[in-house]
Amino acid sequence: MTPHVLTRSLDRSASIFILVVAGLGVLIPLSNLLLPAGSTLQVPTYLVALFGKYACYAILALSIDLIWGYCGILSLGHGAFFALGGYAMGMYLMRQIGSRGVYGNPILPDFMVFLNYPSLPWYWYGFDMFWFAALMVLLVPGLLAFCFGWLAFRSRVTGVYLSIITQAMTYALLLAFFRNDFGFGGNNGLTDFKDILGFNVQADGTRAALFALSCLTLILTFLICRAVVTSKLGKVLIAIRDAESRTRFLGYRVESYKLFVFTLSACMAGVAGALYVPQVGIINPSEFAPGNSIEAVIWVAVGGRGTLVGAALGAVVVNYAKTFFTSGPLAPYWLFMLGALFILVTLLLPKGIVGTFSAWRESRKATEKANAESAAREDGVGEPNPAE
Amino acid sequence: MPPPSPHYSCRGCIVSANFLDRLRAVLLAILLTTAFAVPALAGPFEDAVAKFANDDFSDTDEAIGAVAASGNPLAFPIISALQEGRLSADPDTKKVFVTGSDGKIIDAATGAAVDKLPDSAAAVRLNNRLRRAVEAAVGSLTLLSPDPAKRIAAAQSVFKSHEESALPVIDGALAKETNKAVKAAFTEARAAILLYKADATEVEKLEAVAIVKAKGDQEAMALLTGLGNELPPNVARAVTSAIASIQSNLATWSMVQNAWYGLSLGSVLLLAAIGLAITFGVMGVINMAHGEMVMLGAYTTFVVQEVIRTRYPGLFDYSLLIAVPLAFLVAGAIGVLIERGIIRFLYGRPLETLLATWGLSLVLQQAVRTMFGPTNREVGNPSWMSGAFEVGQITITYNRLWILCFTLAVFVILLAMLRYTALGLEMRAVTQNRRMAASMGIATSRVDALTFGLGSGIAGIAGVALSQIDNVSPNLGQSYIIDSFMVVVFGGVGNLWGTLVGAFTLGIANKFLEPVAGAVLGKIAILVLIILFIQKRPRGLFALKGRAVEA
Amino acid sequence: MSVMEGRTTSALLYLDGVHVSFDGFHAINNLSLTLEPGEMRAVIGPNGAGKTTMMDIITGKTKPDEGTVLFDGITDLTRLDETRIAELGIGRKFQKPTVFESQTIEDNLLLALNVDHSVKGTLFWRGNKAEAERIDRVLETIRLTDARSRLAGSLSHGQKQWLEIGMLLAQDPKLLLVDEPVAGMTDVETHQTAELLKEINKEKTVMVVEHDMTFVRELGVKVTCLHEGTVLAEGTIDQVSSNERVIEVYLGR
Repeated sequence: MTPHVLTRSLDRSASIFILVVAGLGVLIPLSNLLLPAGSTLQVPTYLVALFGKYACYAILALSIDLIWGYCGILSLGHGAFFALGGYAMGMYLMRQIGSRGVYGNPILPDFMVFLNYPSLPWYWYGFDMFWFAALMVLLVPGLLAFCFGWLAFRSRVTGVYLSIITQAMTYALLLAFFRNDFGFGGNNGLTDFKDILGFNVQADGTRAALFALSCLTLILTFLICRAVVTSKLGKVLIAIRDAESRTRFLGYRVESYKLFVFTLSACMAGVAGALYVPQVGIINPSEFAPGNSIEAVIWVAVGGRGTLVGAALGAVVVNYAKTFFTSGPLAPYWLFMLGALFILVTLLLPKGIVGTFSAWRESRKATEKANAESAAREDGVGEPNPAE
Repeated sequence: MPPPSPHYSCRGCIVSANFLDRLRAVLLAILLTTAFAVPALAGPFEDAVAKFANDDFSDTDEAIGAVAASGNPLAFPIISALQEGRLSADPDTKKVFVTGSDGKIIDAATGAAVDKLPDSAAAVRLNNRLRRAVEAAVGSLTLLSPDPAKRIAAAQSVFKSHEESALPVIDGALAKETNKAVKAAFTEARAAILLYKADATEVEKLEAVAIVKAKGDQEAMALLTGLGNELPPNVARAVTSAIASIQSNLATWSMVQNAWYGLSLGSVLLLAAIGLAITFGVMGVINMAHGEMVMLGAYTTFVVQEVIRTRYPGLFDYSLLIAVPLAFLVAGAIGVLIERGIIRFLYGRPLETLLATWGLSLVLQQAVRTMFGPTNREVGNPSWMSGAFEVGQITITYNRLWILCFTLAVFVILLAMLRYTALGLEMRAVTQNRRMAASMGIATSRVDALTFGLGSGIAGIAGVALSQIDNVSPNLGQSYIIDSFMVVVFGGVGNLWGTLVGAFTLGIANKFLEPVAGAVLGKIAILVLIILFIQKRPRGLFALKGRAVEA
Repeated sequence: MSVMEGRTTSALLYLDGVHVSFDGFHAINNLSLTLEPGEMRAVIGPNGAGKTTMMDIITGKTKPDEGTVLFDGITDLTRLDETRIAELGIGRKFQKPTVFESQTIEDNLLLALNVDHSVKGTLFWRGNKAEAERIDRVLETIRLTDARSRLAGSLSHGQKQWLEIGMLLAQDPKLLLVDEPVAGMTDVETHQTAELLKEINKEKTVMVVEHDMTFVRELGVKVTCLHEGTVLAEGTIDQVSSNERVIEVYLGR
């Protein structure tokens, strides 16, 4: 008997996941571009952008699941990494506007002209080059997460304490980015983008390409996460999640593991934000709002923490529901529903959709096996305790 | 004797001023009556008044100056009547009459009542130059106003303008003034004039510098720095040293001011965090809907005030006293419901509790938004909470002061409750050793529910107080939740004293950072400092040690 | 009787004048204790005597207020953290069996193996034959070979105790600290555990904290009785159990 029953069954769902995402990533852009507008099978451009947004949210959800589902670190500040990645991309897009802005200044973005900036602040240097911006998309969230994590994990800030200070972190950033003199457009953020790598961001082709790219990134992120959690390092992460102090007494440097996975996760969140910004056309400080980060956590909880497919699925399901309800007559009730979702999922569906489903399948298999052997010696499959 | 004022407030000095003022008015009336009883002798005042009847602009000008400087109680009615065109003169008899705004006519020179104006009487005419003279005269005459508050205001405006022409009036008024506060204001105004008066003696100027230095506020500073260079060397030295002393005085007061603001902010933080210190600190339940309990308390206050406004307007001053127990009950009851309905299923799973209660906070916010609308609701201050008083150079508002007292009272009551009541004992027992407490016959689940209800109820009470200084809107709670957690975590979980020290430390630190870094950056700096601090001392300022930590 | 192999004259574990207090409560009070290499020592004492706190100090979980804690005669344990102390070769079994419940028994042992514990090492880890063989051997020793792919959470209490001892073996430490290994075990299991510990003691130094006097007697090693954070009596089981003070505070008459 092989020891990796669970992993192997995940393998199948993983390949289904990859196939579905890849399929959508190819078919939706093709349908949008090749089929005549208005035909039933044609996906309109606004939907392509919407799906692209979902894909970015799914990447963010994966990054949260990696640390929460597998390592028990509940970050309430992942929206900050997402937004920082978004701002890095936004800065590139702002620089690309060049002299086509309202004030026609070839160097300074409009808001800087408006606020009487004499010259470009030093931290905007280099963002006119795509490779630099792309590097910053990874580096800025990664570096912040590294510094934050280095301090937090070394002094063994865990559990809700960590959650609270991550929330304070994103709150502090929210306040900072709201300030005009911080140099990131203040309240209005960065918007009115013109083009990316020379292509018009509004064009159908660009949107389709961005969607396909988001799907590709989602698959890559998924594969990286999977590689991490199925390695021995993944086992150590779960060990830390379930019994941190025991892991330490086995001679593992717990803080290094947490730091590694936290930083990796922040980089992924940054990439998600960077893909998000050109598709929605704006990045502003409200992305740092603590509520956003918590909402992203609930996507993971709904889909099933500790299951990568679940996290991505949860992001899409919850956001689809949000789009559906907030655009209809039920809009005033959306917050009730979202609130109820938080409560019901934690009370009734702690494993989430995918987790519950696979537990159900496992138990069915176990019963079948038990029936077959007609010797039930198990007293039930142990409940994993994902958070302490 | 007039009866003493029935209105009593902390402003004791004003009460006594009122009283003295009335006494003075009575004395003056007696004096006047005696004066009128004697047939009027033609004195300088009467001569001056008679000049109004000459119908000559330069005579009128002289008359204005003489009347204004006379110190006669009729001077103000005469000048203000002149300003408003109610002064008339009979060129034949050289008599001048004042028609009061109530239509009564008096003889301007004697104050005796007159039945009707003579037919030949005509209004005294003014030109623009005279109008200015009249204005100046009115200004200096308000120095003689019967209302001490007006006299002080007039003196202060003289202090700022240091108009030389006001000097005789001030001198005259000063001699007669009995009210201490007004006297001080006059003395300061006089000093200001002398400082700028070219022909004042060196001794006078040195005295003046000393007086202004003693005043020691922003205005004194402006006055001294505004002095030119043409001062006798002794005076110039005195001025320099006075400026330095005022500067250090002002710096001290600004410290005191910051400290007061800090205490005030600290009390608000403590108030918001104190309930959390129970639910999170003592029970270890992380309740993200804590801020919404505060909000519910604030809305309870709103509802109470609405009912009072429409039904029993006379009770408005008691609205907060009624709202406090109600808010405690409303928020406490909802707290018990939350504990029974949600939290008890999540004990030992703090992260899930966090998410569920966050969801709850969304629901509560939206519920309030649906019921009361998304905009700010008007919650009024009762009279005893409005207004302010001054201590030295700083102004203390009553609402802030009351909130500070209220917070400390809540804190003390809570401490006493935990220490001396049966519920407090049971609470401590359950939080220290649940199994042991259960086996001693304590109904732990009841204690859990009540403890959570207590924490929520206190949050509700906080809402009543915060409704006095903050906008009552569905988002009220959100703005406090992060700060509250920071306070509890910074102070050390499970320790109410830690919460107290934490709240005031953060409040004061914030207010001392604000002038340096600005409000927003100050707040960011505080957040960053707390984040760093927690990493240095993960268990807060007053951490529990030993095995209890692992529980 | 203690098994003295006489490898070295210096003690493997040396505690001298150790004090710890929590908020004014003296958990450990001038505790001095030495453990020779290859020795097995049983530590007994009433609840709150400081047995677990002593283990916390040795493994770096708690820092003493004062006193010396030396390992191998040279390493000052008070300066090191848990990870470093574990790497030095001190393994610990907790009072409450702590295994990774959501992972298989095999994975539990794999995690315990004293191989490369760095982030990089585990990220690019590939299993090898030597490791697999070691896991097999431990599984056999703790009699869980058949259950190897079951989740640790599904084990019985006694099995979890054994799994944790197995994890200690996989860790291959020089010194094993075993906190209440037979709590909640049947008599048969208790006997088997005593046998297992004696077997382990042939190669390693062991300190066992236990309340079960039958078990302690069965181990047949030097006994230290702690009371109020200090050593009350030390010697053979017979000497200690006839000590008046020990009878008074712990064993009862």
